[in-house]
Amino acid sequence: MGTRREFLKGVLASGAAATACVASTPVLARDTRPRPPEALGLLYDATLCVGCKACVAACKEANDNPAEFSTVDHLWDTPLDTSGYTFNLIKMYRNGTMAAKDQETNGFAFMKTSCMHCGDPSCVSACPVSAMTKDPVTGVVGYNPDKCIGCRYCVAACPFGIPKYQYDSPTGRIGKCELCRHRHKDGHYSACAEVCPTGATLFGRTEDLLSEAKLRLAMKPGELNRFPRGHLRPAQEKMLRGKEDGKGERKRRGWRDEPDQSYETPAGTYLQHVYGEKEYGGTQVLKLSAVNFEKVGMPNLPPDAAAAMSETIQHTLYGNLIMPFAVLGAMTYFAKRNVKPDDESSDMEGKDHGQ
Amino acid sequence: MANNHHAAPAPLGGRLVNIITLSCGLLIALMLAILMVRFLFGLGAVTNINDGYPWGIWVVVDVVIGSAFACGGFAVAMLVYIFNRGEYHPLVRPALLASLFGYTLAGAGVMFDLGRWWNVWNMFWPGSINPNSVMFEVAVCITLYIIVMWIEFSPTFLEQMGRHDTRKKLNKAMFFFIALGTVLPMMHQSSLGTLLVVMGSQVHPLWQTPVLPLLYLLSAITMGYAVVLFESCLASSAERRRIEMHMLTPLAKVMLGFLAAFIAVRLGDLVVRGALPLAFAPSVQALMFWLEMACFIVPLILIGAETNRRNPARLFLAGVLLMLAGALMRVNGFLIGYETGGDFNYFPSLAEVLVTAGMFSVEVLAYIIITRRFPVLPREDVQAAYQRS
Repeated sequence: MGTRREFLKGVLASGAAATACVASTPVLARDTRPRPPEALGLLYDATLCVGCKACVAACKEANDNPAEFSTVDHLWDTPLDTSGYTFNLIKMYRNGTMAAKDQETNGFAFMKTSCMHCGDPSCVSACPVSAMTKDPVTGVVGYNPDKCIGCRYCVAACPFGIPKYQYDSPTGRIGKCELCRHRHKDGHYSACAEVCPTGATLFGRTEDLLSEAKLRLAMKPGELNRFPRGHLRPAQEKMLRGKEDGKGERKRRGWRDEPDQSYETPAGTYLQHVYGEKEYGGTQVLKLSAVNFEKVGMPNLPPDAAAAMSETIQHTLYGNLIMPFAVLGAMTYFAKRNVKPDDESSDMEGKDHGQ
Repeated sequence: MANNHHAAPAPLGGRLVNIITLSCGLLIALMLAILMVRFLFGLGAVTNINDGYPWGIWVVVDVVIGSAFACGGFAVAMLVYIFNRGEYHPLVRPALLASLFGYTLAGAGVMFDLGRWWNVWNMFWPGSINPNSVMFEVAVCITLYIIVMWIEFSPTFLEQMGRHDTRKKLNKAMFFFIALGTVLPMMHQSSLGTLLVVMGSQVHPLWQTPVLPLLYLLSAITMGYAVVLFESCLASSAERRRIEMHMLTPLAKVMLGFLAAFIAVRLGDLVVRGALPLAFAPSVQALMFWLEMACFIVPLILIGAETNRRNPARLFLAGVLLMLAGALMRVNGFLIGYETGGDFNYFPSLAEVLVTAGMFSVEVLAYIIITRRFPVLPREDVQAAYQRS
């Protein structure tokens, strides 16, 4: 019987076809993408945060979100975590006697939970219908409910647990911070930064915010220093300048004029780590803290984004559909040789005996 | 190559109303009631899924595991038509039928789980698609494969309807659909594993690796053969037919070949990545890993020897264990080994379980109706057929 030989030939040929394809596919490895040069973001400085939650309330209002209750009296908005209706939350770290702020043992600290606007976002890579997109200029990760199919792959993919779904609604959407991009055209920047009384949440170009963060890390703890509030000036200038012909969206995105709100206060005892500078290739929201980032809920992430690995695998296997077509060609060749006589005979017989 | 010596497929005949079909009907009615609540009041009204576990059993069991169980058709068709092992030809139709239902229902099941299902056309709309998305590749491939399988299976219906001309014309092009029918499942079964890659460190290192596509493909093929063993034994006992041992014994050997390759890649990958020590940590994940590994390895012992492969009970048990093994690997990767931080828990609600049970009931019911009314299973001698009715 020749079947064993045929079998081995088939195995060898298809194996060879597949290997040849993997080997000959141009290297499609995709590096982790950096954030765009004009990326916008936030700098959250936990040492400046007083936990007033003005940003939580402002975020609710700016995004037209309903209150969520966790107390029996239902008096005011008391969400315990971000959700499909809460895009920004200040969480509290508590330890022991909670005697002092920004102290790891027997202390307490605050941490802001909201979208990090990754340079190479997993949610954007995961979304099958481009409902989750990254703006090529501002880098804002935005959501379009008119495309979204509600598969919640973005919810599963995000390492920060940011996109959340509205499970209580038959037409539930994904809810997440979009850096208040809908307010930009009126000259308003992120509501959380706009209302922050201590400048703990600061809006600006991420590059400028990163310089500001490094400046703060170099400060002597306890020493008086000047801290800006609202948004960083360079961001305002850059945006007001707009495009050279004076037209276009960027001009309209110029931030509204507002007085310099900077103030003097003692510098915190920072950990020498700007969270978001390198995590997953860099995020547009940066964070400073005195307490270990993992303890305040920020995951320890590698410098390479998972999206880069996922897309490298995907494009190595399916880039330009080279490999699928090569394998299909091999399969068609074998199938053409092996199929016909087979079915004709058995089917004819089937007809004769049937019913 | 010719298969004249095989018995041609023929309808089994027999009544359609019995305790099994009635139970299936009841489960299907329950499912429909639950789905009505789901579509009126949202996913949260009937499921326990949450933002820490956004994918519950409707995704992991109905789609990821369900479609792997439905790989029998692809695995056997590949053996018969690509590797030219014509001796397994009688297994093709029943296996293809089970696959057809498995996949069609996985596709339908996705719709229950999609939170914004009316937007699903964006998946195929050039202005919306995202080729970087693993989910996009999975969705498109599965949709195409469902269509291809209906075409592959259509001669059965055409035969019964007496449309012989159409069937002949279709048969001329059938080789191409058969080829497509092997490439498409290879693509999406591997990608179902790749789905986990973008979740990064949220997936436990025992189940997060760049070789996920290969692991999921090899295990899906193994599961495909395991399902054929399982189904053949079950169908034989339920319909009082002879067990087709002359085909199942060598088929089991092919299955063990794929299983051995899978185990080699699985363990090799764990060693190379240095993740193996985590399997000895005192954790639920480690326990589940060993349970999964045991289900993969025990069949090697059970039916490793040729004489043992002639024992139908052992074949059946090995088939069940391998189905369980592949299912466990998928549950472990997507749920047990998935950790997003925060205080999230997930255990399926009764309603979720009932919908999944309802989906499998549709499959069983349709399989019974079609094998009894259409020429699917190989014909046995006339006496046996009369005894049944």
